[in-house]
Amino acid sequence: MAGGGNGEVKLLGMWASPFVLRVRLALSLKGVSYEYVEEDLKSKSELLLKSNPVHAKVPVLIHNGEPVCESSVILQYIDEAFAGIGPSLLPADPHDRAVARFWAAYIDDKVFLFVHNLQLLKASSQASSGKTEEEKAEGAKQAAAAVETLEGALKECSKGKPFFGGDSAGYVDLMLGGLLPWVHVGDAMKGVKTFDPATTPLLAAWADSFGALDAVEPVMPEVGKLVEFAMAMMSHAAAAAATATN
Amino acid sequence: MAGGGNGEVKLLGTWSSPFVLRVRLALSLKGVSYEYVEEDLKSKSQLLLESNPVYTKVPVLIHDGKPVCESLVILQYIDEAFAGIGPSLLPEDPHDRAVARFWAAYIDGTFLKASGQASSGKTEEEKAEGKKHAAAAVDNLEGALKECSKGKPFFGGDSPGYVDVVLGGVLVWLHAGDEMKGVKTFDPATTPLLAVWAESFDALDAVEAVMPDVSKLVEFAMAWIAQAAATAAAAAAATKGVFGSRTKWNGTEPFRV
Repeated sequence: MAGGGNGEVKLLGMWASPFVLRVRLALSLKGVSYEYVEEDLKSKSELLLKSNPVHAKVPVLIHNGEPVCESSVILQYIDEAFAGIGPSLLPADPHDRAVARFWAAYIDDKVFLFVHNLQLLKASSQASSGKTEEEKAEGAKQAAAAVETLEGALKECSKGKPFFGGDSAGYVDLMLGGLLPWVHVGDAMKGVKTFDPATTPLLAAWADSFGALDAVEPVMPEVGKLVEFAMAMMSHAAAAAATATN
Repeated sequence: MAGGGNGEVKLLGTWSSPFVLRVRLALSLKGVSYEYVEEDLKSKSQLLLESNPVYTKVPVLIHDGKPVCESLVILQYIDEAFAGIGPSLLPEDPHDRAVARFWAAYIDGTFLKASGQASSGKTEEEKAEGKKHAAAAVDNLEGALKECSKGKPFFGGDSPGYVDVVLGGVLVWLHAGDEMKGVKTFDPATTPLLAVWAESFDALDAVEAVMPDVSKLVEFAMAWIAQAAATAAAAAAATKGVFGSRTKWNGTEPFRV
């Protein structure tokens, strides 16, 4: 519902989207109340098309009737528009902010490595969900390298504390945290551990700490439901591909 | 040279990179003095490798010994670290800031990505698709300029701001590409606001001072294309052209001729 002092806050989203999740986590962390609207991406609402005419994608945050699009832009908007409410998402020092923005951009650059079959989230998926063994191997190699880099980032940013943001979760935690359920999906489906405590102990501990936060736990989608969702999308895509080539 | 009250400011770059140019434009617009270091990307300096270990790319801004990487991150840093000096790059209102950040992300994530595909796509089909998407992106940017400028000359209004600099860094490369292809990316017939914007931006003192010569960029691009073709021909002769004719540009941020 609209939150009195905050003005009217509405979030257009889709329950399985990691990008929408980032925004829900941010609003939850800051304690900003909002109205959530679940979009059917195969039949987008007039409001969504009007609010995000360029991309027609979720998430879209609508604050007092004004839309904000793109998860990283929305997170920074939330930090600035609700500066007086709850904890800050970005640090105060300009260089620390630059470091946070750098890692947020890095995570988005590599998001396809963390979100299992990212193209499945697009309702109209023309891309083939099948990958060659070569592509899978290359992907796994790149994912391992990216995770190693993030382990180093966490070490640098956290300075011994549990989160990228230090004692409490911040911008980078949210940008990576939104992807966490999908990382678990990939792990479940591939029988691996992306944030392996043996090779990336800080990230493994971070994943546990982040997942356990009061503001985070109730917002996270169930991994089991996401796995179901992913399998349904994969068979749908495979069927479409088969019909296309036959 | 280091600017007294600003602390020591150093920029690692290459003269031809549009991403480096964005940073030079921002520093010029704000009136922040700095030491510029031209990097040889075929032989990267120790300083570059240490300052940007993740990507080893330019631009890198080093302020009082602390490095900042990625052009959009650097621009926002400049706006915040030198908040007292010269004009602001981002507007004050949170929603206006969000709109500016949205269009900056669009320029890199959609417009430049499509332009890159148009020139470096693996197949003719991919290239054609890129060209189509790039043209659509230009149309969207015309709309963005109309929305953001509210009748003034720049995305930032009366004076250039964040989005102007983000697009402005790319402008001289658009001029070079236009010359080489005999087209007009910002065609006054179809995108009148952008056509006027390009002229206004180019004419700014702070911009003229740092923009490279279009003719030098054309020369550079032709040499690069010739070399890429030669490398591709050699590779195709050696192996059955497994990776096609796409040459990796491992110097600046995602950058394609």
